[in-house]
Amino acid sequence: MSKPTLYKSIFELPREEYLSPGHGLCAGCLVGTIVRVLLKVAGPNTIVVTPTGCLEVSTTPFPYTAWKVPWIHVAFENAAAVASGVEAAVKALQRKGLVDPSKKINVVAIGGDGGTVDIGFQALSGMLERGHRVMYVLYDNEAYMNTGIQRSGATPFKAWTTTTPVGKVLKGKLQPKKPIAEIVAAHKIPYVATANPAYIIDMANKFRKGLSVDGPSFIHVIQPCTTGWRFDPRYGIKIARLATETAMWINWELENNEVFRVTVPVPKRKHVKHYIRAQGRFNHLTDQDIEEIQRFIDKEVERINKMVGKEVIGPVVE
Amino acid sequence: MSFEKKLPSWKSIPIGGAILKPGNFAERPTGDWRVFRPIINQDKCLRCLICWAICPEPAIYIIDKPYRTSSGREWKFTLEIDYNYCKGCGLCVEECPVKAIDFVEEVK
Ligand SMILES: Cc1ncc(C[n+]2csc(CCOP(=O)(O)OP(=O)(O)O)c2C)c(N)n1
Ligand code: SF4
Ligand code: SF4
Ligand SMILES: [Mg+2]
Repeated sequence: MSKPTLYKSIFELPREEYLSPGHGLCAGCLVGTIVRVLLKVAGPNTIVVTPTGCLEVSTTPFPYTAWKVPWIHVAFENAAAVASGVEAAVKALQRKGLVDPSKKINVVAIGGDGGTVDIGFQALSGMLERGHRVMYVLYDNEAYMNTGIQRSGATPFKAWTTTTPVGKVLKGKLQPKKPIAEIVAAHKIPYVATANPAYIIDMANKFRKGLSVDGPSFIHVIQPCTTGWRFDPRYGIKIARLATETAMWINWELENNEVFRVTVPVPKRKHVKHYIRAQGRFNHLTDQDIEEIQRFIDKEVERINKMVGKEVIGPVVE
Repeated sequence: MSFEKKLPSWKSIPIGGAILKPGNFAERPTGDWRVFRPIINQDKCLRCLICWAICPEPAIYIIDKPYRTSSGREWKFTLEIDYNYCKGCGLCVEECPVKAIDFVEEVK
């Protein structure tokens, strides 16, 4: 992996915007934040592929587009296959001299959780296995939001969605979240990371690293969704931060399938109740339910600390 | 800025439905979504850029316009909110480290 220069502060982020305002994402939708920062890092020589989902629908209702870089959408299930084709085409054009071979052109796919961990998974796995130089960014709002909050493989344990309802029998989702970033890591690609828009510089640097490798990279970004998670839009970043402070979301990276790092250590951890109680989708949870989730997270923290070889995530203190 | 209210007719759309102007969504304002208006107190603002970095639209811009605070501090740039686009989500109000952004109900 060639070492890219990393950002040290917000002041180093480019001022140029490659996503225009006017788009129809909900007020306070952090997809906007994630994509704006991503495009700042990637710059104008970037081709973006999106599957169907909130980002695609909200940024491109004909005859408008919010994209200031080339953008393509084909279907819900095939963003990674389309991105593979775009990357292969760029390579061929450069080989034939029709596009300047010295020009570095980024191919970035940006998909939702439904489009990535469920329906687009086969295309994604194929892209990773074939080794295309594509950075795949997953914005994870933990449900199919664009069609009205249906459960996905990424929906967390016990969360309410319209297809994991809360009633006398069912109380939210029965299964835990699919560990997609680790499933991607099992493909042994050059770079895999998890990121959080509440830690903007960490996120920007992961985009930078993902774009610098000579092969596929995958960045899994948590994206609190005001509409589906049921919270006042002004608290989006707070909730994102709480996810990491409680270790419900751990920011890590894996370079060359070798070097594993937790990039945002949490020496003093908060109890998961702070994260859970801030969101309406968990309104039905009892204190026992929350303790069950806490025990699950404690185990997860132990496992991650073991992988790092030291205590990067500390005990619960508040 | 003035905005075209009507959608273009099919006759004025390029063949193939190509969109010739990247980012032409800026022609559709979203400021009328707003219920509360964030107002940056330029005297209090520390120019930390947090609100600029997190704004999902973008509706907050760094403007190369010097500003002198009432206590005499000189700034080389100013942060300004474009109310044509600000949807009033309040993320900036919540995240500003020095509470320099007021959130005021829109009244007609
Ligand atoms: C093959 C197919 N099935 C279903 C749909 C309907 N559909 C459009 S967007 C969407 C949900 C997308 O969810 P996700 O990928 O998580 O993105 P989000 O909307 O949450 O951003 C669905 C089910 C579709 N467009 N194509
Ligand atoms: S439903 Fe959620 S993900 Fe979709 S635009 Fe609204 S806030 Fe964003
Ligand atoms: S977050 Fe507050 S202090 Fe920082 S630039 Fe914005 S208004 Fe100024
Ligand atoms: Mg989703």
